[in-house]
Amino acid sequence: MKSYFIELKEGVLISLRAIQANKMRAILTTLGIIIGIVAVTTMSTAIVGLRQAFINSISSFGSDVLYVDKFDWLGRVDFRTMRNRKNITYEQYEKLRATLTSYAAMAPNLRTASKTIKYNEKSTTSTLIYGTNEDFMKTSNLVPAKGRFLNELDVKAARKVCIIGTDIADALFPREDPINKDIRVGDIPMKVIGVLEKQGSGLFGDFSPDGQIIMPLKTFESSMGSFRSNLRIDIKVIDPNRMDEAKDEVIAIMRALRKVPVDKPNDFAVNQQEAFKEMYDSTVGVVGIAGLVITALALFVGSIGIMNIMFVSVTERTKEIGVRKAIGAKTWSILTQFLSEAIIICLMGGIIGLMISFPLSLIINQFLPTAMPLDIVLISLLISAFVGVLSGFLPAYKASKLDPVEALRYE
Amino acid sequence: MDNIITIEHIAKIYQVGTEEVHALADVSLTIDRNEYVAIMGPSGSGKSTLMNILGCLDTPTKGVYDFKSVSVSDMNDNELAQIRNKEIGFVFQTFNLLPRSDALHNVELPLIYAGVHSSERKDRAREALTHVGLEDRMHHRPNELSGGQRQRVAIARALVTNPSIILADEPTGNLDTKTGEDIMALFHEIHQKGNTIILVTHEEYIAEHAARILRIRDGLIEKDEEVVNRRIPVKNNSSFL
Repeated sequence: MKSYFIELKEGVLISLRAIQANKMRAILTTLGIIIGIVAVTTMSTAIVGLRQAFINSISSFGSDVLYVDKFDWLGRVDFRTMRNRKNITYEQYEKLRATLTSYAAMAPNLRTASKTIKYNEKSTTSTLIYGTNEDFMKTSNLVPAKGRFLNELDVKAARKVCIIGTDIADALFPREDPINKDIRVGDIPMKVIGVLEKQGSGLFGDFSPDGQIIMPLKTFESSMGSFRSNLRIDIKVIDPNRMDEAKDEVIAIMRALRKVPVDKPNDFAVNQQEAFKEMYDSTVGVVGIAGLVITALALFVGSIGIMNIMFVSVTERTKEIGVRKAIGAKTWSILTQFLSEAIIICLMGGIIGLMISFPLSLIINQFLPTAMPLDIVLISLLISAFVGVLSGFLPAYKASKLDPVEALRYE
Repeated sequence: MDNIITIEHIAKIYQVGTEEVHALADVSLTIDRNEYVAIMGPSGSGKSTLMNILGCLDTPTKGVYDFKSVSVSDMNDNELAQIRNKEIGFVFQTFNLLPRSDALHNVELPLIYAGVHSSERKDRAREALTHVGLEDRMHHRPNELSGGQRQRVAIARALVTNPSIILADEPTGNLDTKTGEDIMALFHEIHQKGNTIILVTHEEYIAEHAARILRIRDGLIEKDEEVVNRRIPVKNNSSFL
């Protein structure tokens, strides 16, 4: 074992010397690996970032929440058909709440976009305004960082109070505490009772969850303009493992409430966050993996370059191999020597590649919420070493099997 | 005297196309400890083949080869490598030093493959280099050394493992006469200290330094003779080496 390390050290040392003696060749060979590693790491950073951005943008939808809506979010039903469906009404919500056997929280809600929000001279634009009840805090996982969320009394009395996102708070109250301040949502005066925790931006910057405003449902209905309200009912289940059972029960109750004939399909949809992820992974995700495979080809081409140069190196050093064998190098001593040369070249390529792709990942981070993950760093170094073994093995094996008599005679 | 090499009826047959070439037809010989043997013969006589087999670089097609009473005839590559490493010190015509390594590292090399630890290795390599008179050239690379100095490094490399035999293949072939004489003086000295030397050469003049000459022709030992008037080399003042 000890002698193994002594020979391994010699193998590494002699590889370094060989690389040093052919600097230009080593640089050019390494270039193939550098390009490959840069392509693979940058691509996977982008893919991870894209997926993270997507997950961020759907994170306002809880994974244990069912969303009963007239619209199917994945558009699996023709849009006009969905638009012509009857709205989900407040009565249906009340009956569903009374009938459904178990749920953790149930929040009916109405939404509208883009209103101008003012406080004294300052103004900003909201991304999304919700009218809902006190359960919405649980169904949406939106927690007030300051102040409080809606309570039952706010909802029942239709108080003119609201909770605002951090973007709005920052824009209107750069140096003040927003709590108990009166702002105008559209033209309606409202008292701020809470500020939400910062959520971070998603894939669709326009719909930043930090730009939203939440108010009681009745307040919303009376103040946000006269449009035909299509209610959505968000139901947080008690046991996430029994989502499907809960979903079936909700569907059965809703069909009864909406008097859907037995032979007709649902005239509403029960949406889930999971469906988005599945859709993402089966579309963008597949494209991403294909992209990764294509960039991996660059690495493969690089490894062919290494293999080629290793064969050259073995041929050039035939005599040296003969000498080493004559004075006692065993088969695996020679194998180790040439394998370590290939691995060192590849690892150098990997490290230089990472030094290039790290700044690239910082640039990508300007557009997507990602940083080069540590596992990609480790994996790409492992890949480099593996490419080294792969491309170095055949030449090293050839070298190790050389006949010492033939090799010594080689000029 | 102790017997180091015993060869009985060995043959080496190469297949060249459809023809069989008998590089060695039928050779038997023994070499004892502290012998100084020269193997002579014209090119194509089979002396290189015999040397390769004696040096455990190659195995015979037929026959028995016992090295210190251990049969090497059917050892595998790695076992042969170990025998070469421990028991045989090679000196080549073209020196065969590693060009990118200094003298010290070249001499260390067999010890690396013997698994000797770094500090002991360096001590022994320094000792061997001092022995051949190169104590002030340890960190020179082969291209910074003269031919004679290179061959001395090679001899130090051959000696450093304390092998049972030194196998020298035309050690003076690439050197001028004067330097060659110095190298032969070194071999003489090594032999005097109790080492066994096998010298392969085609020069009568060089072969006469040995105590025994084996003349090979057509794959057979033509003559196995004692040297009556051995040449005792004169050691030059080697300051210019």
